[in-house]
Amino acid sequence: MKPRHKKLLAITVVVAVLGIVVMLVLNAFRSNLVFFFSPTEVTEGKAPKDRAFRVGGLVEMGSIQRSTDGLTLTFKVTDTAHSIPVTYQGVVPDLFKEGKGAVAEGRLGTDGRFTATTVLAKHDENYMPPEAASAIEQAQKAKATLKE
Amino acid sequence: MIPELGHFALILALLLALVQSTLPLIGAQTGNARFLAVARPAARAQFLFVCLAYACLVTAFLQNDFSVRNVAMNSFSQLPAVYRFTASWGSHEGSMLLWTLILAFWTMAVSVLSRRLPEDMAARVIGIMGLVSVGFLAFLIFTSNPFDRLLPAPMDGRDLNPLLQDPGMVLHPPMLYMGYVGFSGAFAFAIAALLSGKLDAAWARWSRPWTVVAWTFLTMGIALGSWWAYIELGWGGWWFWDPTENASFMPWLAGTALIHSLAVTEKRGAFKSWTVLLAITAFSLSLRGPFLVRSGVLSSVHAFATDPARGAFILGFLVVVIGGSLLLYALRAPTMLGSARFSAFSRESLLLVNNVVLVSALGSVLLGTLYPLFLDALGMGKISVGAPYFNAVFVPLMVPVLFLMAVGPLTRWKGASLPDMAVRLRLAFAVAVVAAVAVPLAAGEFKPWVSLGVGLAVWIVFGVALGFADRLKHGGTLFALPRGFWGMQLAHLSMAIGIVGIALVSGYESERNVKMAVGDTAQLAGYTFTFKGAEAYEGPNFHAARGHLVVTSKGGSEFVLRPEKRLYNAGGMPMTEAGINYGVLRDIYVAMGEEIEPQVWTIRLFYKPFIDWLWFAAGLMALGGALAASDRRYRIALKDKGAA
Repeated sequence: MKPRHKKLLAITVVVAVLGIVVMLVLNAFRSNLVFFFSPTEVTEGKAPKDRAFRVGGLVEMGSIQRSTDGLTLTFKVTDTAHSIPVTYQGVVPDLFKEGKGAVAEGRLGTDGRFTATTVLAKHDENYMPPEAASAIEQAQKAKATLKE
Repeated sequence: MIPELGHFALILALLLALVQSTLPLIGAQTGNARFLAVARPAARAQFLFVCLAYACLVTAFLQNDFSVRNVAMNSFSQLPAVYRFTASWGSHEGSMLLWTLILAFWTMAVSVLSRRLPEDMAARVIGIMGLVSVGFLAFLIFTSNPFDRLLPAPMDGRDLNPLLQDPGMVLHPPMLYMGYVGFSGAFAFAIAALLSGKLDAAWARWSRPWTVVAWTFLTMGIALGSWWAYIELGWGGWWFWDPTENASFMPWLAGTALIHSLAVTEKRGAFKSWTVLLAITAFSLSLRGPFLVRSGVLSSVHAFATDPARGAFILGFLVVVIGGSLLLYALRAPTMLGSARFSAFSRESLLLVNNVVLVSALGSVLLGTLYPLFLDALGMGKISVGAPYFNAVFVPLMVPVLFLMAVGPLTRWKGASLPDMAVRLRLAFAVAVVAAVAVPLAAGEFKPWVSLGVGLAVWIVFGVALGFADRLKHGGTLFALPRGFWGMQLAHLSMAIGIVGIALVSGYESERNVKMAVGDTAQLAGYTFTFKGAEAYEGPNFHAARGHLVVTSKGGSEFVLRPEKRLYNAGGMPMTEAGINYGVLRDIYVAMGEEIEPQVWTIRLFYKPFIDWLWFAAGLMALGGALAASDRRYRIALKDKGAA
């Protein structure tokens, strides 16, 4: 092989390898994105039925119930306009409380009940998960426009 | 009075930083010796005043001066003194002051250790670090003054976030910052070289120890953060691919690539412009860390309540630093051409692959971290990119890096024979394959990723052993070998140990959530857990329920775990303290959930095989870094330069 051909070959190999890497990355990326929906959007049917997503807002006052096995929780996540019933099995974070912000990740069942695999709560007294904060803000904006 | 003194010291430090960043740079350009001579005294005086400011802040915390907003928000009269001290960097303002202090410290260190550098080079490096100082001091004074008063003063403070009241947290931020800020050294050397146009082997040799030291601290900082998350969050995890973890991991990846490419630049004069670009990248990513963390755009453990002025300032600062240095790079890079030639199989080419893959991995982490921010900024919805993405992309990318890690150090510069290498490594390959099959089978269940991990680890261990054998072939003793060589081999060996830990803990960990009343037992991974009840006790600034679990292993040995659920007095924030029995082969980890009825608790039980290998690996890696940075060669090289 002439040096020129050698160089050409090397460049082709590198480009091919990089191409494969990019393809792998984008593929993994697409199948692992988790979208966020507010309870209002979920109620309006905008959330996907066939893949996991996140829903967030405040844990509705008086909505936390614990099953007899002690490990399965049901509660409602609200953005002050609509609320979604959630079931979660496991130990919740320390700061998971009624009236406080929380984000649940999981799937929506055909009965409209959300089964969470993970529940995130805020990490200190002054801080709310940004997704939850924005869901509430949007719902309140929507309410304000309705009133006008 | 003391807070005002601190504020005043900060303003003086800013003025000194302005002097430090202008006169020496002008002097270096024009050859004015009097201007050049300003660099060192200005840097030292700046350090002194930032120290004074920090001392004032610590005093305010120790004296419980709640008329200072920062103290009132982040401290509490019942807080133990050691945590009152660490609370000084627990807030946004305090941590930025710590950052500035460390930057001033590194600059001072350069001013002391650069006596053998050419005068204009030293002045440029100190001047550029001064420019960065100006940015941070202005940021502190104009947007995040840690000495702001709060009038009328509250009776008591709101307490330090209980998550931060842990020994792991005492060292995590300072270590991490030493690393982040340490890359300012590598960055300043690169920019100084671009300004002077002298990108040579000497420049690479000066940069190397600073880069390795920064990388070593960053390694420690990340490991401490991971360990802290493990014991403090009660979830039993050690790495979450949380955006803030990624923010510290990306400069680490860039730094790792930089260390390897600097080696090529020093030894062979190749990859010059690439090395400069990596130095700029490593520091830019380090600067981006606090932006991501402090601006509140990320949903993570570390997010603080924030205000937009700070975000705007940091963003502007980032644009100036990154944009400015890339512009300079674009102007100067075409003039620096590497002259060294090397063949397709040589140490250079293998290090090139190392760099390409590390930077690709960095890119994939960057994509996963920033994409949600972009979408959000464009109003296209809120998304999160979870751990599955990072695992799916990052782990496969590391495979070639780890494979070549055993080959690279055995390969000659310029060119080597591939068949010879294959012959040398065939035994290693055979043993690695056997281990890759045998270990997972012995563990009870064959898992492909565990198999691959174990195989690669054995492969790397062989590579390290052959490396030592090569060096000792012509006599000599183990301890006469240069520290740089020891450092490299220990760092590589620590990767092997770390991979074993990661592979086995990811493959064979198990957990259970159970409800336990007094006297109940539960089984996990051959251990029997018996709940003996929980007792109340009073801590200095919290009250807690302390569980009492007796764990019996299959062999009949018995130990007690005492996990806690704490409720902090100020703010009423609950916290989980895991109860952990550490072991070389496994950790048994227990965290209290909630008390559902009197003396009936939900409890999480975890079995974590080989997880302590991770922390050990991190320690060994840092030791390797420390050895490499202290190699005699750097000191001698500097002396020769001074004599010449």
